[in-house]
Amino acid sequence: MNAAREVGAIAWRSIRRTFRQPANAIVLVFPLMLMAVNANGLKAATHLPGFPTTSFLAFFIPFTFIQGALFAASTAGTELGRDIDTGFLNRLALTPLRGSALLVGHLGGALAQTFIQALVYLGVGLLFGVRFASGVAGMATLILLALCIGAGFASAGIWIALRTGSGEAVQSQIPVLFFLLFISSMNMPRNLIEVHWFRVAATLNPVSYMIEGMRSLVIQGWNGQALALGFGLSLAFVTLAMTASSFALRKRMART
Amino acid sequence: MAAEHGIEAQSLVRDFKNVRAVQGIDLAVAPGEIYGFLGPNGAGKSTTVHMLTTLLPPTSGMARVAGFDVVKDGPKVRASIGAALQEAALDPWLTGREHIRLQSALHGIRGREQTVRGNELLTRVGLTHAAERKVQTYSGGMKRRLDLALALVHRPSILFLDEPTTGLDPQSRSALWMEVSRLAREDGVTVFLTTQYLEEADVLANRVGIIDRGLIVAEGTPDALKAQIGRPTVEAAPREPAQLGALTAVLGRFGEQTEAAPGAIAVRLDGKGDLADVVRALDAEGLNVQNLQLHAPSLDDVFLAKTGHRLEGDEQAEE
Repeated sequence: MNAAREVGAIAWRSIRRTFRQPANAIVLVFPLMLMAVNANGLKAATHLPGFPTTSFLAFFIPFTFIQGALFAASTAGTELGRDIDTGFLNRLALTPLRGSALLVGHLGGALAQTFIQALVYLGVGLLFGVRFASGVAGMATLILLALCIGAGFASAGIWIALRTGSGEAVQSQIPVLFFLLFISSMNMPRNLIEVHWFRVAATLNPVSYMIEGMRSLVIQGWNGQALALGFGLSLAFVTLAMTASSFALRKRMART
Repeated sequence: MAAEHGIEAQSLVRDFKNVRAVQGIDLAVAPGEIYGFLGPNGAGKSTTVHMLTTLLPPTSGMARVAGFDVVKDGPKVRASIGAALQEAALDPWLTGREHIRLQSALHGIRGREQTVRGNELLTRVGLTHAAERKVQTYSGGMKRRLDLALALVHRPSILFLDEPTTGLDPQSRSALWMEVSRLAREDGVTVFLTTQYLEEADVLANRVGIIDRGLIVAEGTPDALKAQIGRPTVEAAPREPAQLGALTAVLGRFGEQTEAAPGAIAVRLDGKGDLADVVRALDAEGLNVQNLQLHAPSLDDVFLAKTGHRLEGDEQAEE
């Protein structure tokens, strides 16, 4: 059996089980609630000199995509953790399945979830007046970037699952990734952050550049540098997390 | 599916940090045989199965399954075996048929062959009516039957079943026994079955290996093992509890005292008399008993004789 078919089989299962769990619908709604609260509560920030747009919703909406991607990552890691816990991974290990196909296939559910979420967030944004400076192509690019970021976070979730072997452990460690989101430029452009340590932290935080890559598509148009940083860091994140996951899988699935 | 090669292991050892879970096991299972691996929790049964199914590398020793070395030829071993490991590992969100589809796809079975094989297996394990239901709605017995079907998807010549009936009701247990017997009898599949149930080993296995604390302490057909113990046990309970001492003295003339139910006395007959002699002796002493039983030797007696403790109810550390 070739690797593509193996990936397909694992992804098929991952997508099915992801969409059959009612709890994953809550994951879809929560970022929208946070978007609604922030878009109203922080809209005065648009009056600050130098703020790049008059719509806080347009400024904030990329964060919603990233938050959704993080939830999808939690799903991917938790599901794999449960597979280890219940012995399902042993069942898979007894087939000719390649380890790499397991990892990539497992991303399937997370990416499908990220994709559906992205479509919903995009639709809600457009409905409430967000206009894309980069046009329809920019919307497609934003979804593509959301998928890259989702793949990165999901790979991190998978790595945590393989290290700990427990779905519960994954859920307990996801808040650490959440912390990265909150010390980024999610609420304010970096040049307008007045607290020095926070500005430094947001500048060092790769999540800021992922958000800014998306944000550029909404409020600036086509900004090559912002997109290069957003895509570059996302893909670097995917590569790093998948490499770490490969090593962890070799240890976890120690078949001869 | 008929096997040309069975299972053999020599001096198989597995260490976990400071614990030696398996302490040098030798075994040989012939093609088409049902081999019962009997022992309490923590005896090393599952660790042995994990080594033989290539899921766990041995610390030392050698094992060949279906003619292939478990360390050097892992993929070939896996292609030849099916395994239903402890606790049916199933996805609660997938249906029975989807499980079979996934397992078939991963074994490279596609298209029409996949559909035909799936239907055949679902019929075989009696799950056709529940094939489109999510596994979370299945009973324990149904899960175990699906687990068995999944292990058979690629027509393995050797089947490993790790405590397949633990937690099942007697009816489900009996149905699974029938299916396992049929696999060996009609399809020539070699079955390596671990169990902590004496009855299961007795009913199902052609040969039994008794494992305790990582070592095989006895091996043979159930009848041969029981014959090693040889002598039956007589157990009696006095009508008046005050007569327990006198009863002990009388029974003591016929053999060595052994474990008995509370308020009763049991001796393993040493050949100086049979049940009729015991009855005559009790009558001669004027002792009234409310319960007098003759027990043929069981595998539990074999276990007790070989290890010094009972199998059932004697929990060791979890593996």
